[in-house]
Amino acid sequence: MTAPVQEAALALRLDGITKRFGALTANGDVSLDLRSGEILALLGENGAGKTTLMNILFGHYVADEGQVLVNSGNGSLTELEPGSPHAALEAGIGMVHQHFTLAENLSALDNILLGTQSLATLSTARAPARAKLEDLMARSGLTVSLDARISQLSVGEKQRVEILKALYRDARVLVLDEPTAVLTPQESETLFATLKTLADDGLGIIFISHKLAEVIASSHRVAVLRGGCKVADLPTASCDQRKLAELMVGHEIVETIRTEKEAGRSLFVLKRIFAGQGRDALQDVDLDLKSGEILGIAGVSGNGQTTFAKVISGLEPIVSGEMLLEDQPLTHVDARKMIDIGLARIPEDRHHDGIVGAMSVSENLAIESIRKPENQSFGLLRFAAIRERARSLIKAYDIRCQSEDSPARLLSGGNIQKIVLARTLETMPKVVLAAQPSRGLDVGATSDVHKRLLAARDRGAGVILISEDLDELMRLSDRIAVIHRGKLSEANPTEMLDRSTLGLRMAGHDGEEAA
Amino acid sequence: MIEILDILLSANFWAAALRIATPLIFGVIGALICERAGVLNLGIEGIFTAGAMAGWMAVWLGAGLWGGVFVAACAGALFGLIHAILTVPLGLSQHVSGIGVTLFATSLSYFIYRTALPDVSSPPRIDAFQPLDIPVLSELPFIGPALFQQTPLTFLALFLVVATAYVLYRTPLGLAIRAVGDNPSAVESQGLSVYAIRIGTVVAGSAIMALGGAFLTMSAFDAFFFGMVNGRGWICIALTVFASWRPGKALIGALLFGAFDAFQVRLQTEVGSFIPGQIFLMMPYLFSIAALIVVARRADYPRALLVPYFRGQR
Repeated sequence: MTAPVQEAALALRLDGITKRFGALTANGDVSLDLRSGEILALLGENGAGKTTLMNILFGHYVADEGQVLVNSGNGSLTELEPGSPHAALEAGIGMVHQHFTLAENLSALDNILLGTQSLATLSTARAPARAKLEDLMARSGLTVSLDARISQLSVGEKQRVEILKALYRDARVLVLDEPTAVLTPQESETLFATLKTLADDGLGIIFISHKLAEVIASSHRVAVLRGGCKVADLPTASCDQRKLAELMVGHEIVETIRTEKEAGRSLFVLKRIFAGQGRDALQDVDLDLKSGEILGIAGVSGNGQTTFAKVISGLEPIVSGEMLLEDQPLTHVDARKMIDIGLARIPEDRHHDGIVGAMSVSENLAIESIRKPENQSFGLLRFAAIRERARSLIKAYDIRCQSEDSPARLLSGGNIQKIVLARTLETMPKVVLAAQPSRGLDVGATSDVHKRLLAARDRGAGVILISEDLDELMRLSDRIAVIHRGKLSEANPTEMLDRSTLGLRMAGHDGEEAA
Repeated sequence: MIEILDILLSANFWAAALRIATPLIFGVIGALICERAGVLNLGIEGIFTAGAMAGWMAVWLGAGLWGGVFVAACAGALFGLIHAILTVPLGLSQHVSGIGVTLFATSLSYFIYRTALPDVSSPPRIDAFQPLDIPVLSELPFIGPALFQQTPLTFLALFLVVATAYVLYRTPLGLAIRAVGDNPSAVESQGLSVYAIRIGTVVAGSAIMALGGAFLTMSAFDAFFFGMVNGRGWICIALTVFASWRPGKALIGALLFGAFDAFQVRLQTEVGSFIPGQIFLMMPYLFSIAALIVVARRADYPRALLVPYFRGQR
């Protein structure tokens, strides 16, 4: 992308921001400038302090040291009152949070209007607001139906409402936290095109990301955060993906490599499955998982992945259709039966469904095999054996915890995922169901997960990998199918697919039709 | 059957229904406002008692009737403030705090009453609100005696229904209240204070609840005695769900309940000789359970109801 006008006025300056949470320094002396009309990418791994920094800027947190200076429109920088979103909004800063801050029971218009009028006003001024928004939508291309309730809007539309919220308040600086996390590749492109238009109009934009490709394609400048500190601040034109990746991680990256391997015979088969309700329902899903392969399931979240995973886990009853394991039909399926016949379930929400937070690491490691003779005798738990086994698993899977007795909820996301991996993969399962296994994990933990999944495949298990991350899917999967509105496409070999084909299918366009 | 029809066609029956519904209208509107902001207020039963006692005592001590109404509202606001502070900034369990407020407000009211009147066996009466005779309207046949011969507090209750609906759906304040009960971070990210809105709403809602209690001593029974609230607060909590948190439906629910209660009293005189009276006393409550079963399954709960909000935690 072309460099912005260097002489443009400074819109915002973060000066020496430090923020500590207990012993953890989330931000250490970070300084950052943003000019009007500039798109700045804030790049970093999970836990690098990007969101904390932006939350300080927007007044959700108060920095321990340092200050935020804003151009209040007259050219001079003034200090922003810390800890007040109200002050940030007044100063022309708009923020689009990763988890949308919209009231689902209100219309788009009402969400935009919320807080823009004094609470003592006797009536909501909807008509003039509507006029201003119609004009804004026409100029920016961010169209939404203003009268629709938020609960009826798609994720992309909700994001447009969030951006309009900021524009309606005449924001001069717009911050977006991981804006593409929930979008299809095509939607992301549209978003960045819009952002470019807005920047050309003089808006200063900061977007948080850990996706290198979009940072390279869509920003003027990149600031890289690692471990809470700014390690680089460069014009995007001078960077390539490799360099940014190394800056972000702090060392060279060894990518997991999938070796070619002939898939085995048919292992786990779904025939004409209907299940679930509403948006997440499955419609006529067929699947043929072979042993020794990783079958990727791509799709934008909320298209039936959750029901799909639940059906296979035995947590959601099938309305009609058939499941077969090694040519044997499965009947009276429940979660326990699926585990007993050799399913490893790596759930999407690992904090909620993967562990019992209040229980210890060793108990969490034994929880799925609690009835086996090695863990109990005559209905009494064999604690010594359970802890002994836990200690060896902690070692083998490099689970960082104080001891096998610490409550599992105290562990980081990556280590919680390792508990899940150790518990499920150590039993040599036939089928591995991995739902969003690397979501929210840093590069190290992610590569660990990938290695484990590839190892399971190489020893002959069939792995189903549900993910929203196309890079992950293309790197690991032997075949990829796309799920859209509860329908699962045919699975094609990864070598025959590219990102744009997958993107189109994720948006509901048939592959051939688009080509 | 003729007797039942006679009951339903008498103006006197409908007047009684509206009278019985009045404290419920205050209560359900107050509870609805609190819950719209995301705070369940189980202090309602005690706030009713406190409102009944405070309003009565103010008048008994020489304040005017409207002065008594004001004192009752202030008592309700005070207990609402206790509940709000415990549940909003401190984030304690709304159930536990609400039950605590009910026990505290009830006991304190009884204590003050007993301390002020240690030796009284029959509760002293006050000169309570009298039915208003609205010219023209109250002389209409049937409608007049049924609807327009009520005390001023009944008209205040009806006015509050309209006012609440207006505030909730037509003003920026209502927008903020509805938003904070659905997603508090939507409110904070628009520069408003979640705590201020929730506390203010709970205080206002509690003041309105207390008027329901005030109606009992200042319009209905003209005196204060123990146990007089008799579960009316709890009925309001159920009616709130029945009403799907909408003021108009809340009015309908309260009127239905009032009609059932008025009906059972009259039915009792007709057929009471062979059916025990307790059966009739149960009827309104059975009705509310049945209505809840039908309605509550598809109730559209405020999403943030019962969920405390802590700044900077996400």
